[in-house]
Amino acid sequence: MTEQHIKLPEGSIEKTTTTLNLGPTHPATHGVFQNILALDGERIVSAEQTVGYIHRAFEKIAERRPLYQITPLTDRLNYCSSPINNMGWHLVCEKLLRIKTPKRVDYMRVIIMELARISDHLICNSVVGVDSGAFTGFLYVMQYRELIYEIYEEICGSRLTTNMGRIGGFERNFNATVFEKLEKFLKEYPGVLREFENLLTRNRIFMDRTIGTGGISAERALNYGFTGPNLRAAGVDYDVRVHTPYSSYEDFDFAIPVGKTGDTYDRFLVRNHEMWESLKIVEQAYRKVQEFKGADAEVYHADVPEYFLPKKSDVYTKMEALIWHFKIVMGETEIPPGEVYSSVEGGNGELGFYLISDGGRAPYRLHFRRPCFIYYQAYSEMTMGSMLSDAVLTMSSLNLIAGEMDA
Amino acid sequence: MLDNGYIKQRLTEQFTDQVTGFDEPYGMLSFESLKDLNLKVLQFLYDDPDLRFQFLTDLTAVHYPHQKRRELAVVYHLHNLVDNIRIRYKVFTDIENPDVFTATKLFSSANWMERETYDFYGINFVGHPNLKRILNVDEMNYFPMRKEFPLEDQTRIDKDDAMFGR
Repeated sequence: MTEQHIKLPEGSIEKTTTTLNLGPTHPATHGVFQNILALDGERIVSAEQTVGYIHRAFEKIAERRPLYQITPLTDRLNYCSSPINNMGWHLVCEKLLRIKTPKRVDYMRVIIMELARISDHLICNSVVGVDSGAFTGFLYVMQYRELIYEIYEEICGSRLTTNMGRIGGFERNFNATVFEKLEKFLKEYPGVLREFENLLTRNRIFMDRTIGTGGISAERALNYGFTGPNLRAAGVDYDVRVHTPYSSYEDFDFAIPVGKTGDTYDRFLVRNHEMWESLKIVEQAYRKVQEFKGADAEVYHADVPEYFLPKKSDVYTKMEALIWHFKIVMGETEIPPGEVYSSVEGGNGELGFYLISDGGRAPYRLHFRRPCFIYYQAYSEMTMGSMLSDAVLTMSSLNLIAGEMDA
Repeated sequence: MLDNGYIKQRLTEQFTDQVTGFDEPYGMLSFESLKDLNLKVLQFLYDDPDLRFQFLTDLTAVHYPHQKRRELAVVYHLHNLVDNIRIRYKVFTDIENPDVFTATKLFSSANWMERETYDFYGINFVGHPNLKRILNVDEMNYFPMRKEFPLEDQTRIDKDDAMFGR
């Protein structure tokens, strides 16, 4: 920490500032990042952030991996909503390779992405509750996060870092259990969310702690590169799903909740409303997927044998499938050289992928535009002059996920 | 009507032959200019009432070791939120003197993005308030994303290349 002699305001009781080290391992920091705070009594005078404790060099690793092997890396960005990262990666690959996915695949992807968004927002909101002392909400909604994880497990085999889907679609069709669990979720979750809302939204203590703290104006938020619920809480209705619809989002009817002052309470409410909107989208997508009958209901990937691994039973019996499998795994398929930038609405905002391909099987350069990393810079401005406890709540309401910050 | 053709026209009117390399890969207008002009171009794109590129989506760099005197490219992705247009702006610099003016006065989000670019590629952003490494340890004395830097530690003797299929 650099030695700075901070001039305390007139009338301060303290003679010098206290330096407090919040993190990197601390019950209130959700993930590994450090904040060195200079406090005047209990008010924060300056905050210096240190990130990079979980930097895993994804961008360097991605330069040596074929496109389909980068999906597990993208899982570990925002690990609370890893299906969204996976789908975002598949979408940028499909943009590069000019693959068009069938509607059913798009709708299946929408179901998964919105479930992931619900899971991410649920974690964030319940953790804001935990940081203000209300632990019950967090544990109560955990049951429904478990149900979402069970749905992921049916589809791809893993619960948290899902590595879900392939370039062109999914690796297998959704089976009957997925639809059963989805129906159970759609039936039971609204009641749970309503109870969770009742716990915190009009709770006197929670409101006193969160209203008016950690605010940011829309102009500053835009200048700081905010996107996602944090920007929407400040009043700007920018949502990548509506601005540049991907994966057939234009077929769905949903609203974008927008806040006013950008303080902690607004962020909590925006995420809450977004969970309701996501639930609406999942219901609509579920009905749309059910409308495909017969042979259409068996479609779960685009017809791109050059990029989509064939079924293993075909690989052992049919010649073409064997050849395609060999070519894809060894990297003999044609990847056009070019540069493409594509983004999706992640749990925290615009998750962008800048992919430069030189024609080889691994990207020449892959850069992840990580929303958490970009908006965490604003933390010192947002907490200037606030109390330490408000700073803790601001940090948790920003939904900082260390995996996405450091990549 | 704000589209790629109009943006290109306005840029060439303002900067004549100093903006070059116009291309539209996958629908996004991409162009470059000399590195000394980067702030002027960014300010023009920000202030102009028709163009209004006031959101910096991304700032990163790419290393092209085979382009002599143009090895490092700083890539800005800008977004006009009102008309929903994105563009990509690049400045190239040579690796011997990788000095590029900082964009932090215009976009506060450039602060950490430039630190990350410095950390990975060694580009010195002139005028940056706090240019030090952000994701790697401070003691590191090389720039890991440059192409000459190997992906793995070459001094390890416990991993047998033959068994790992390299």
